Amino acid sequence: MTVNFKRYGAVAAMAVAGTMLLTSCAANEGTSAAGSSDAPASDLAGDISASGASSQQAAQEAWVAEFQGANPDVTINYDPTGSGTGRENFIAGSSAFIGSDRAYKTDEIAEATFGACAPDSGIVELPLYISPIAVIFNLEGIDTLNLDAATIANIFNGTITNWNDPAIAASNEGVELPDLAISPVHRQDDSGTTENFTAYLNEAAPEAWTNEPDGVWPLEGGEAAQGTSGVVDAVKGGQGTIGYADASRAGDLGTVAVQVADGSFVEFSPEAAAAVVDASGYEEGRTEGDLAIALDRAGAEAGTYPVVLVSYLIACEQYEDANTAEVVKAYLSYIASEEGQQAAADNAGSAPISDTLRTDVEAALELIS
Amino acid sequence: MTATTGTQRMRAKQRPGDRIFSSTAVGAGVIILLTLAAVTIFLIVESIPAFTTNPEENPILEGQSFLSYVAPLIFGTLYSSLIALVLATPLAIGIALFISHYAPRKLAQGLGYIIDLLAAVPSVVFGLWGGLVLAPLVQPLYVWLNENLGWIPLFAGQVSATGRTLATASIVLAVMVLPIMTAICREVFLQAPRLHEEAALALGATRWEMIKMAVLPYARGGIVSGMMLGLGRALGETMAVTMVLSASGGVGFAILTASNPSTIPANIALSFPEAYGEGISVLIATGLVLFVVTFAVNAFARYIVSRRKDFSGAN
Repeated sequence: MTVNFKRYGAVAAMAVAGTMLLTSCAANEGTSAAGSSDAPASDLAGDISASGASSQQAAQEAWVAEFQGANPDVTINYDPTGSGTGRENFIAGSSAFIGSDRAYKTDEIAEATFGACAPDSGIVELPLYISPIAVIFNLEGIDTLNLDAATIANIFNGTITNWNDPAIAASNEGVELPDLAISPVHRQDDSGTTENFTAYLNEAAPEAWTNEPDGVWPLEGGEAAQGTSGVVDAVKGGQGTIGYADASRAGDLGTVAVQVADGSFVEFSPEAAAAVVDASGYEEGRTEGDLAIALDRAGAEAGTYPVVLVSYLIACEQYEDANTAEVVKAYLSYIASEEGQQAAADNAGSAPISDTLRTDVEAALELIS
Repeated sequence: MTATTGTQRMRAKQRPGDRIFSSTAVGAGVIILLTLAAVTIFLIVESIPAFTTNPEENPILEGQSFLSYVAPLIFGTLYSSLIALVLATPLAIGIALFISHYAPRKLAQGLGYIIDLLAAVPSVVFGLWGGLVLAPLVQPLYVWLNENLGWIPLFAGQVSATGRTLATASIVLAVMVLPIMTAICREVFLQAPRLHEEAALALGATRWEMIKMAVLPYARGGIVSGMMLGLGRALGETMAVTMVLSASGGVGFAILTASNPSTIPANIALSFPEAYGEGISVLIATGLVLFVVTFAVNAFARYIVSRRKDFSGAN
């Protein structure tokens, strides 16, 4: 009796399972057909490999996730190799577009043939990642200090060695500065943050800071730490330390309000960082799609924050492959859009670009084909 | 049966098991040699462009010669490892002696186990601990050393405000090389002839005198080879140094300042992500230099061990 029941049971179970399998297949087909006819989300498809600035990594991750969500058939691989390698990859042709902490120099563009592009194609360089660099310090009970560029340069080059130096006191009336040695902290590794920070010091305080802007810290001595988090940890870990780091990582450390051309002091903020890019205009002698910013760090106006990292997305005007061009164009358009910029601001703490800049970027994007 | 005529020795019959075993053993040995050869060839071939191209155009050398680029790095590597060794050796001998001759059996076993566990901690963890916990902790001690013993060149200079100095890096390295040194010392001490020890005790020696006369002379070769193995590890350590040391250039013997020479592995780890073109060749060339230095250290250790073959437990 029980055996029989088992045997019939098994047959019944198989029958049920079989029908379920068949119907589920049918159901699947139905929905997928409906899905593709209802919402032709995107007909973009393809694999794009890109590389470059590690400063853009967090932003690129957010952009790629959002973009691939909207275009399921597109795969974008952004390899944060560093700007230098990225620029080499773009010339060698292994990256369809790159991120870079600086634009190509005009003589580099004249010399190079870009392997990623069609022959005789120009390139577009778009300043789509703008991030303020905060000058952070650790002094008990002091949240903010007013400093001019020359004083900052003198602190970092070791001329000013104590916090109660008259040069610091002069611009900070009412602040009780301790008798404490200053320990400047800089990046140990090659980085775009260092390059932009030294560029600021070099341009805004040329007498105090005579070294050329460079990704590698040019001076011997001082405290060195690895990466943004290393600098932030080192500044936090010591007393009387001062360093520079991506503003999104400043946390509850004290930050410096920087003196601008008219004598006022400006705290960092995304708006002030975007404003200085707007106020600066583009470099002379560049092609239409080449929006290299001639950042006016020395002559920054009131309300603009001159210590910023401007990182570019660089692509070709003409691609060999029309499909690649289409995907790159769509991706860069997304990055330039308000929601793209907001995604970067949320995930990487960057400053969204202004509408004026967006108009120019959109015009440049039209050149891509 | 094959003819075993004349003076030929008797040969054992080769069974399949024998042949399989001997060929896998030979194969394993050959693979080690091939790997070493492959690494050497890679290092040499990849580093050639660093020497043949103009240093002016090299993105890392920026005009200076390769020798002047690598010299501070070699100094930093050897100096930090040497300090680590000076710190770790007495400690390792002490722990090993405690385990082999002083501690009750049960405690000794447990302690030995814990020391071996230290070797399993990843170097990144040591680096995090060194940078975030140890450095701020010992910084006041550095200030004290500088104020009271600042006339010694070792403790001179402006004390780092964060404690991320050569001294801290060396302490972390010392902790990292401790397990291997302790393990080797312990094994050697345990092999000291029981009869010598008992004879010493019978002649009225205290336990310390017994160790001094019967154990340490016997173990000297083993201690040296343990030190050399530890030194090898310290020379190649990358992550911990990268995360702890404030390497901002400057060659000097002061160990409490923020301005320290970097080490070769840490420098490679820091510079590689943004390196390109011939810069990569320069970094690989520094790797070749480190390879040679480590090789020399190991060869030296072998030499010492073999010279005291009769007394060393490590052969």
